[in-house]
Amino acid sequence: MSAVMITRKVTRKWEKLPGKNTFCCDGRVMMARQKGVFYLTLFLIIGTCSLFFAFECPYLAVHLSPAIPVFAVLLFVFVMAMLLRTSFSDPGVLPRALPEEANFIEMEIEAANGNVLAGQRPPPRIKNVQINNQIVKLKYCYTCKIFRPPRASHCSICDNCVDRFDHHCPWVGNCVGKRNYRYFYLFTLSLSLLTIYIFAFDIVHVVLRSVDSGFVNTIKETPGTYPFIRVLVCFFTLWSVVGLTGFHTYLISLNQTTNEDIKGSWSGKNRVQNPYSHKNIIENCCEVLCGPTYPSVLDRRGVMLEDSTSPNPSDASTHKSSNPVSQTTVRQHFL
Amino acid sequence: PADTFHNLQELHHSASLATKVFIQRDYSDSTICKFQTKFPAELDSRIERSLFEETVKTLNCYYGEAEKIGGQSYLEGCLACATAYIIFLCMETRYEKILKKISMYIQEQNEKIYAPRGLLLTDPIERGMRVVSFANTWDVFLSVGTTLKELCTIYKL
Repeated sequence: MSAVMITRKVTRKWEKLPGKNTFCCDGRVMMARQKGVFYLTLFLIIGTCSLFFAFECPYLAVHLSPAIPVFAVLLFVFVMAMLLRTSFSDPGVLPRALPEEANFIEMEIEAANGNVLAGQRPPPRIKNVQINNQIVKLKYCYTCKIFRPPRASHCSICDNCVDRFDHHCPWVGNCVGKRNYRYFYLFTLSLSLLTIYIFAFDIVHVVLRSVDSGFVNTIKETPGTYPFIRVLVCFFTLWSVVGLTGFHTYLISLNQTTNEDIKGSWSGKNRVQNPYSHKNIIENCCEVLCGPTYPSVLDRRGVMLEDSTSPNPSDASTHKSSNPVSQTTVRQHFL
Repeated sequence: PADTFHNLQELHHSASLATKVFIQRDYSDSTICKFQTKFPAELDSRIERSLFEETVKTLNCYYGEAEKIGGQSYLEGCLACATAYIIFLCMETRYEKILKKISMYIQEQNEKIYAPRGLLLTDPIERGMRVVSFANTWDVFLSVGTTLKELCTIYKL
């Protein structure tokens, strides 16, 4: 007679989620599949900042003020926190309809469309809702089998419908949607400030050294051509990131998403106006940046209810807990 | 015993909920979470209109409170931003607290009102906050009853 303890791994819901996402840390982290550009972003930020801290900061701390590297560190930490939060969180993915809900919606559509003659194309599946005296068309998503809520859109890269879909950003390796838009915006804003900060103090550093020992000597002293590479990186980053921050500030003030802007949904032709805008810049900004933190509806770490088939039919008596879902070990006694 | 099975079959005919009933979102007030209070015809014989409306209106109130943009949400947002949102790793957000209240409310409503009428209300968060669904619990008992009847005829009990 021997007692054997078998640890059965619990299946969590993220393992069975449809869509093209990758999950890490047992479902706590959610990202898109292609992460190459995200690693590049990390490399550029960490690389540039490390060189700044290693070479410029000691000189600046001594000759100007120790507050300069301290503030740079704080800004760097904030940028990284925002980036990781944007990349790792659920952007607001809408789960696909379960079969019962999908059937219910199908029945509603058939009832609304009436009889379609054979050979004729069925009418497009659209629902009209009125929001703030504006008719908004809700489209049916054939993949997720739901009528997309207003402002939601289906991301073909991640194969998910995302609420308040802004865009899919390869630089952060994730979609930007309702739940992580503010972190994305704060990331671009803080990265702009960090880039300007490093760029400015690079120049200050070169100027101070030149004042001390002459410009030509400064070039000779500073190892290799690294400051120029960094200045180049900063220069290009500056224009793109600052430009992006400016663009998103404009979108926030109008309470629009990138997706709506690209499609020209509220461009004003046919008297179409943005029904979500509060017509007040401050109110729009407050809603986007200071609104509530929406919960994830995906329940990635929920435990899957297993319809378990007995793993070993040969044992005469088995001890199983009355709730196999929460049990992680199954102790089997062999007679 | 034959009478019991006969009664169950009667119930099966009278149970008007063949499938689940889904209450959809009401988008008239923009994208805030709100459900339609229109009473569906399928529930006509199962529950009083006033009880149904009260449940949905209370749920809408809870969600409205969670999504309200006011002093408390500003405070939470600014405090969290100042800590680079690291504080959310240890603190529960206001929305999460209200979601817990909602799930307790739904449990209470199921126990007091819906289970005695053979209905089961599911928490919208389990359906992506898209629908409030009413399931027919009597279907479970009916299918058990039908299976028992078949077993009885097989074993000639």
